[in-house]
Amino acid sequence: MLTIATGNKAVADAVKDAVPAVVAAYPITPQTEIVEQIANYVASGQLASKYIPVESEHSAMAACIGASATGVRAFTATSSHGLVYMCEMLHWAVGARLPIVMANANRALGPGWNIWAEHTDSLSMRDTGWLQVYVGSVQEAYDATLMAFRIAEHADVLLPVMVNLDGFALTHITQSLETVDPGDFIPPMKLPHAIDTGRPAGYGTLTAPGDYYRFRWDIERSMRNAASVIEATQDEFGKRFGRTYGMTEEYRCADAEVVVVAMGTLGKEVEIAVDILRGQGVKAGSMRLRWFRPFPDLDLAGKEVVVIDRDYSFGFGGIVAHAIASKYDVPIFSVIAGLGGQEVTYDDIAGFVRDRRPGDEYWFGVDA
Amino acid sequence: MANIPKEEYIFKTTSACAGCSSSLCLRHILKAAGPDSVLVVPACCTSVIQGIYPNTAFNIPVYNVAFAAAAAVASGMSTALRAAGRKTNVICYAGDGGTVDIGIQALSGAFERGTDFLYICYDNEAYSNTGMQRSGGTPLGAATTTTPGGKTEGKKDLDLIVEAHDPPYMATACSAYPLDLYKKVQKALSIEGPKFIHILAPCPPGWRYPADKTVEMGKLAVRTGMWILYEREHGQLTISGPSKNAMRKPLPIEEYIGKQGRFKNIDPRSIAILRQQVEHHMARIAREAEGIC
Repeated sequence: MLTIATGNKAVADAVKDAVPAVVAAYPITPQTEIVEQIANYVASGQLASKYIPVESEHSAMAACIGASATGVRAFTATSSHGLVYMCEMLHWAVGARLPIVMANANRALGPGWNIWAEHTDSLSMRDTGWLQVYVGSVQEAYDATLMAFRIAEHADVLLPVMVNLDGFALTHITQSLETVDPGDFIPPMKLPHAIDTGRPAGYGTLTAPGDYYRFRWDIERSMRNAASVIEATQDEFGKRFGRTYGMTEEYRCADAEVVVVAMGTLGKEVEIAVDILRGQGVKAGSMRLRWFRPFPDLDLAGKEVVVIDRDYSFGFGGIVAHAIASKYDVPIFSVIAGLGGQEVTYDDIAGFVRDRRPGDEYWFGVDA
Repeated sequence: MANIPKEEYIFKTTSACAGCSSSLCLRHILKAAGPDSVLVVPACCTSVIQGIYPNTAFNIPVYNVAFAAAAAVASGMSTALRAAGRKTNVICYAGDGGTVDIGIQALSGAFERGTDFLYICYDNEAYSNTGMQRSGGTPLGAATTTTPGGKTEGKKDLDLIVEAHDPPYMATACSAYPLDLYKKVQKALSIEGPKFIHILAPCPPGWRYPADKTVEMGKLAVRTGMWILYEREHGQLTISGPSKNAMRKPLPIEEYIGKQGRFKNIDPRSIAILRQQVEHHMARIAREAEGIC
């Protein structure tokens, strides 16, 4: 069905179409419309989920863990302070191997209070073991959320998935949205270790060093499996519904001499900058990073790279730039831009590329 | 004790300390609950008592969760089970730290939402699992490893906090009265909604008394009025048998605190305050039982 929707509404619609048994959530700007919409779908009988209005984000994830442990689908949505407040339970969901799906409206962290887009919230959770995808459009928010359930629940993965969409820049903007009837695209959830009173077992029992590392390795092995599950799921989605996605979204990269890497809505903005640059004779391309965990293989050989980080690891650098630098021996110009919703236009991005200084870091608006 | 089932859900292979009263309580709780039950356990002594992977001494599913999370995990679990048409008992078994301190937000939320579960706090009046540090449940004057001179503040009144949520059933219990506990668990599980049982669980290494005195310590708590056994069903308070007798002529509180090393250096003023609090508490409970308040 073709409609017009915000990014938040798109996520709520995908949840409606995936029918989790339990949704437990706590409101936070700019995620609120997701949970309001879901609560309304439940109240009006359009969605047969149980909605638990928990008293905090820590409890939102805890309730999802309790529900998921019984072998049913669970969903939550949060943002920024809510995400970091549930940090402990993010780790717990991974260790307990529960395929929970969560939407995160990317937002800066206080103080000072700031409700606008930034990726430091989710990127600071990158080592929890959650799969992370960053979307750039309303349609993609819907598609990625729907696919997240299938990926998370795949027998070779059984890890939670976080769908990240930029606060306001995507949660509150309106674009066209085509929803689908998922049919058997999302099969019923099968959790091999679901709680069964007929088969009593201890879950998360005290585990000594000799066994603990095996569980950690098992998580890593599943994270490695996840890459092929993601690609297979995205291929299948393309076949069924006509929209194709990769680990990255590349635009005019094949013959590019300089490639701009960014995530989320800024990554979409880069495509316009690329057209401008091409018109000016700069052989630029865009490589929008969609999946950050597992981290994809990037074809950057022989190219200069400009990375736009809407995040920062203090005392170290842009998180995406350093992820790429640690894997690929390419000249990188690291741009820190868009923090706390700072406006970054495609003209600004074209400027980053024209004035690039490989090996340097540049803070947009700060550096002269 | 004749009616208590023979089935055991806790095997004799736990790593509990000698004289541990909380494992004794759990034994009777699980007998009352039966096999169609899930235990949700936050960080506490029971996290360790159940054994080390791949072994477990408990013969029902035990879901171990983060310290602050028990009641919220139980919320999700109960909601999912009820939605699937399953009546499985969801029982949180948490210490005082995980209840009155770090877990109180989740507890309050779960009760406010009317979650269908039973929350049991076994109160050994300190962070015993980590080596006896002070908790909000530690009483005035008790020495712990973080209050070496004795706690200068009183015990947080958990029951008043829970009562404020108006649950359909709440009760107190004590490890020295297992039949009373067994009946209260049975009754709690027969009622829909959020239920609460607060158990006083004497702890030999923490309270510093000989391990073979655990039952005696629990009985003295009740006989001195330091702990009152009652249940409140749909707002109607009934004082339980042992406390009914004790409250007629309570023993001096010195009979209780004098036998515990943790109170060794308590000053007379703190004893006077404790005595006053016991008298006040007994009077308040008696008034409520008579329907006066």
